[in-house]
Amino acid sequence: MTAKNVGASMLNRNEAERLLRQMMQIRKFEDKIMDLLAQNIAEGGSHLYAGEEAVAVGAMAAIRPDDYITSTHRGHGHAIAKGGKLPELMAEILGKATGCCKGKGGSLHLADLATGNLGANGVVGGGFGIATGAGLSCKLLKNERVVLCFFGDGASNQGIFHEAANMAATWKLPVVYVCENNLYGMSVSVQRACSVPDALTKRAAAYDMPAECCDGQDVIAVRDTIARCVRHAREGKGPSFVECRTYRYYGHSRSDPRVYRTKEEEKFWADRDPIKLFAKRCVAEKLMTQAEIDALDADVAREIDEATKFAIDSPLPAPEELYTDLYA
Amino acid sequence: MKEITYWKAINEALAEEMTRDESVVLMGEDIAVYGGAYAVTRGLYEKFGGERVRDTAISEAAIVGAGLGAALTGLRPVVEIMYVDFMGIAMDQLNNQVAKIRYMFGGKCTVPLVIRTEGGAGRTLGAHHSQSLEAWFMHIPGIKVVMPSTPYDAKGLLKSAIREDNPIMFIEHKMLYNTKGAVPEEEYTIPIGVADVKRTGTDITIVAYSRSLLRSLEAAKELEKEGISAEVVDPRTLLPLDIDTIATSVRKTHRVLTVSEDCKTGGAGAEISMQIIERCFDDLDAPPVRLAGADVPMPKAPNLEAMAIPSTEDIVREAKAVLGK
Repeated sequence: MTAKNVGASMLNRNEAERLLRQMMQIRKFEDKIMDLLAQNIAEGGSHLYAGEEAVAVGAMAAIRPDDYITSTHRGHGHAIAKGGKLPELMAEILGKATGCCKGKGGSLHLADLATGNLGANGVVGGGFGIATGAGLSCKLLKNERVVLCFFGDGASNQGIFHEAANMAATWKLPVVYVCENNLYGMSVSVQRACSVPDALTKRAAAYDMPAECCDGQDVIAVRDTIARCVRHAREGKGPSFVECRTYRYYGHSRSDPRVYRTKEEEKFWADRDPIKLFAKRCVAEKLMTQAEIDALDADVAREIDEATKFAIDSPLPAPEELYTDLYA
Repeated sequence: MKEITYWKAINEALAEEMTRDESVVLMGEDIAVYGGAYAVTRGLYEKFGGERVRDTAISEAAIVGAGLGAALTGLRPVVEIMYVDFMGIAMDQLNNQVAKIRYMFGGKCTVPLVIRTEGGAGRTLGAHHSQSLEAWFMHIPGIKVVMPSTPYDAKGLLKSAIREDNPIMFIEHKMLYNTKGAVPEEEYTIPIGVADVKRTGTDITIVAYSRSLLRSLEAAKELEKEGISAEVVDPRTLLPLDIDTIATSVRKTHRVLTVSEDCKTGGAGAEISMQIIERCFDDLDAPPVRLAGADVPMPKAPNLEAMAIPSTEDIVREAKAVLGK
C-alpha cells in the first residue's frame, strides 16, 4: 500500500473537538471505574484502556457508523469511540439492568450491535473469528461495510489469529486487523513472548497482507493509517494489518502490581500522553483555545458523573432474567 | 413418498434451503469441488457457485468463528466440520463465542448458525475419526444438539435448523449416510426439540438416537419374538431434550434402557436416565440402565471397535436384564 499524506490538512475544528472529547470521555470513564473498583462499588475485574485512547478514537474516526468492529477484553474505549452511550456502558460494567447488555455481559462483554460493535471478548483473540465472518457477510451482501478487528500484541500469538488472517487474505475480505501493541500480554513483555517483537507487522507478511506500524499515541496518525487500510478494504482489495504502538497506564487489571515494568518506562509513556499531545496540537494549530479545552474537560467530567449516577442508581436485573435471552 | 439415502436427504435439505433463502451459505473443508468427505454436499457447488459453497483452509476454529461472525451480520451459514473429533480445535469458538454471545449481549443478537458434522464408529478409523462427543455439546447452554437417525428426520430437522435463529450442532452418523428411508416428495420440516416414538410397545422403553436407534429397532424385533414388547423412543434432539415424550413412555412401560455410542461415563444416557428419575421415579419398576460406548479411545481393530459400541445383541440382552429375564 502506498502511503498517502492525508494528515493535518484534513483536521478541522469540529473533528478536533470530537476526537478530543472522545479521548477525554474514555480517560475519565476509566479513571472513574478505577475509583469505583477501589470503593468496591464496581465488583469483579476490569481491564482499563487509559493511555491507549488515541487508538480507538483515531481508528473509529476512519470508519463509518455502519461499519463493524470486534473489541477485546480491554474494550471500554472501543465501545465509547464506536458510539456507545456512556450511561448504558457504565451500567453494564456494574451489572445493572439498564446496561447495554442488560447486565449479563459486563466489562468483558460490552457489545452494541446497533452501533456495529460486535463485542468485547473475555478470551484473548476471541474476536478474530467473528471479525472475519463479519467480513464475509460484508463481501457477500455487498454492503460496502468494513470490519475493524482490534486485538493486542498477546492475541497475535493465538492460533486463530493465523487461521483468520489466512482466511481473510485468501478470500479478500474487508477486514482491518488493528493490533494494539501495548508491549505486554498481562505481565509478559512482547520481547519475551513474540518471535517478531520489534515489528508485529512482519506477521502480516505471512498472509501477503499490507501492513503499517503507527504511533498509537497520535490520534491523527492512527486515523490516517486506518483510513488508508479502510479504503483498501472498501475497494475490494482485501484485509490489512496495522500495528499501533501504545501503552496502558494501569496494570493489566486492578490486582496487578506492575512489577514487570519500570517507573522510567511508565514515565516515558506518560510524557507521550495521547490527550495531552493532541490538546497541545489543537492549541498550536489554533483549532481550539486552552480555555475551550478546559471547558470541554469540565463538560466531559459532568457527563461521566451523570453516567455514573445513572449506573449506581439503576436496579440489578430482575431474578427472572436468569433464564431469558438464552435462545431466540 | 420416495426412498432416498440419508446423505441425499441432507443434500436435498441444503439445496432446498439455499434456493429458498439467498443468505444461506455453506463453508467447510472440501465441501465444494470435492463435494464433502462423505459426499453430502455433492452438486451444490455446481448449482449455487463458489461464493455460496465455499471450500475453506483446514482451519476448524476459523470456520466456526467466521460462521458466527457471518451469522451475526446477515448470513445464515451452514458450516461443515468434517469429523466431530475435530471440534476440539473449534471448541473455544463453540463454547465461549457461539453459545454464549446472545446471552452475554442481553438477547440483542441472533445466531442463525448450523454446524454440520458427523461422528460415530464403524469404519475402523481409530480414535481420531470415530468419536461420539454429543455429551460435550449437551453441557453447553445456548446451543441445540440434533442427531437424526433416519433420512426423513435428517431432512426435516436440517431444514428447521437452517431456519432457526439459534446455533445448532447437527451431528450426522458416518454409518447412516447410505441407509435408505421414505421421504415425502413435498416440502416438510420437523420441529427441533421434539422426540419421536419410532415403535410402540408396552414392556420396556428403549431411548436411542442416531445409529443406535436403528440397532434398537432391530433389537425390538428380536425381543418381540420372545414375547417382549419394546417401545423405542428417538429423542432426535438431545438439547433441548423432549423429556415429556420420554417420561410419558416410561410411565406406560415402567422400565427403561438408554442406548448410545458415546462413552458411558458422563454420557448422554446418564443425563437422560437422571431426567427420567427426576420425573418419574415412582413409576419405575426397575432401575434405569445405560448401554453405551466403552470408556476407551476407539480402537482400530475391527473386533475391538465392534465391542466398543452397543450391538443389537447387547441391546436385546440388556433389555431382557432390565425385565429380569
